[in-house]
Amino acid sequence: MASVDRELRDKIPTFEKAGAADVGNWSSAASTLSILKGSRDVTLILVTAIIVFGGAELLLRLFEVPAYIAPTPSQVVWALITDFPYIGPHIGYTLIELLVGFSIGASIGFVLAAVITQFPLVEKIVAPYILLLVTTPMLALVPLLILKFGFGFTPRIIAVTLASGPMVMINAATGFRRTDLAKIALARSFGASTLQIFLKIRIPMAMPMVIVGLMIGSIFGLLTAVGAEMVGGSFGLGNRLTYYSSLIQMPQFFACILVLAVIGISIYVFFYWVGKKWASWES
Amino acid sequence: MSQNGQPKLTVANATKYYDTGTGRVHALDDFSIEVQEGELACLLGPSGCGKSTLLWAMAGLHGLSSGEIRLDGKPVTKPNPQIAMVFQEANLLPWRNLIKNIELPFEIRGQRPDQARIDALLAEVGLTGFESKMPRELSGGMQQRASIVRALSVDPSLLLMDEPFGALDAFTRDEMNLLIQQIWMETRKTIVFITHNIAEAVFLADRVFVMSARPGRLARIFEIDLPRPRNLEIFMAPHFIELVGEIKGSIDHKPQVQAA
Ligand SMILES: Nc1ncnc2c1ncn2[C@@H]1O[C@H](COP(=O)(O)OP(=O)(O)OP(=O)(O)O)[C@@H](O)[C@H]1O
Ligand SMILES: [Mg+2]
Repeated sequence: MASVDRELRDKIPTFEKAGAADVGNWSSAASTLSILKGSRDVTLILVTAIIVFGGAELLLRLFEVPAYIAPTPSQVVWALITDFPYIGPHIGYTLIELLVGFSIGASIGFVLAAVITQFPLVEKIVAPYILLLVTTPMLALVPLLILKFGFGFTPRIIAVTLASGPMVMINAATGFRRTDLAKIALARSFGASTLQIFLKIRIPMAMPMVIVGLMIGSIFGLLTAVGAEMVGGSFGLGNRLTYYSSLIQMPQFFACILVLAVIGISIYVFFYWVGKKWASWES
Repeated sequence: MSQNGQPKLTVANATKYYDTGTGRVHALDDFSIEVQEGELACLLGPSGCGKSTLLWAMAGLHGLSSGEIRLDGKPVTKPNPQIAMVFQEANLLPWRNLIKNIELPFEIRGQRPDQARIDALLAEVGLTGFESKMPRELSGGMQQRASIVRALSVDPSLLLMDEPFGALDAFTRDEMNLLIQQIWMETRKTIVFITHNIAEAVFLADRVFVMSARPGRLARIFEIDLPRPRNLEIFMAPHFIELVGEIKGSIDHKPQVQAA
């Protein structure tokens, strides 16, 4: 009996399903933005936006709704401009928490997904705990984390890590589980090592799902960062939300909401662009 | 025969079982053939008879339960630089453009791509100018031609082809078969070509090895003495039709097959 790498033995050499790697959720996320094509569409979107915000402005003024109930869009924008010196630094704090927490969480999530999917048994054992992490709102842990780590960055970063990491992990794992035996056999037939197969076949194949995971993970991270800031501590956009609402400064409150919306949309657009660049082959 | 008189490729008593959750599958049974240097050999057999199993063993991609594969007299137990494989459905990496796909084997081996050779091959199969196209922008036939270039770019001495044109339409298929013949006549590489299309096997082969249904055994060997180069008119030639009929008959007569 010839001695052959154990990994290779008894893998199913059928190619019928080889080309039919399933298309990830990416395409649906991507299609939302690809609508933006064409200048006619852009005009339509702008017109709609003007009608929505202009209409809101008009109605709020017409019925003389007081600013402490609902500020007009112009008041919100004006508040953002005039109070930017006060709001600006808090944007920075929130972004730092998000960036640090997400970087740690995403790296761990990615590596864990890559490693664990190579060992089906380990994956089976670990899966319930990952699911637990995904489904538990990490915000619930924040009071506990504050008790342990105080009111600084640490508890928030930990919360962001815990919220984003598992999201990246389960999506990346879905990507890494897509093993296309014919493509792996191809690389192996040219003498590829296990590491080369990983770098040249498995990772590119997992990329579309990894990017979906990064997008979802970072949005979850943002939500968790803001939530954690609302729970305790004296800085960050979440903290500003509680602060301004307690003072009934609604224009400033909505100015913070506006900033958060812009951050969220930027994240989405960024990963859409990354997906276009690195995973467009799949659509 | 090569200069020292030994066959290019020897399959000696190859037997393989797959152990699965639902039991044992006997895929290949005591299969022995010899392929000579520069020969174009076709392996013909019904679906599921163990053709891919055998070819993967020839490529050193998986082991046998018993028996041995030898290339130039040396046992093949792992992928060998002298052996290149062309898969069913071109098997290009969809995230790489055509030229990056062709350069993959060089990348894996840490070598500089043999640009002159690649360009010549691309010209031969009519893909010059398509280097930067992504696989999805190419037709099925073009993709398969690219994968043939990829396999030949590393200058292997044995080319294994696993139903490479099974997914192509009849016209493209004929075109590809002419191309294979042309490449083979120019390079005289040893080729093992799997198909379950009898006419394709007769058109291409020096010898057709017919396999029985699972477990795959060698049923019969047919010498194809049609003159070369063969063109598409040969499909109409009486001797061609005769050979096809004879081979078809040998597949249908199962009891005789078992006795072989
Ligand atoms: N990894 C595996 N585990 C279990 N059974 C397998 C495995 N790979 C192949 N088989 C079985 O072994 C038999 C031979 O398979 P193989 O793919 O070699 O056939 P084939 O002649 O190439 O068929 P086709 O013409 O359909 O490609 C089939 O019955 C198949 O189901
Ligand atoms: Mg097969």
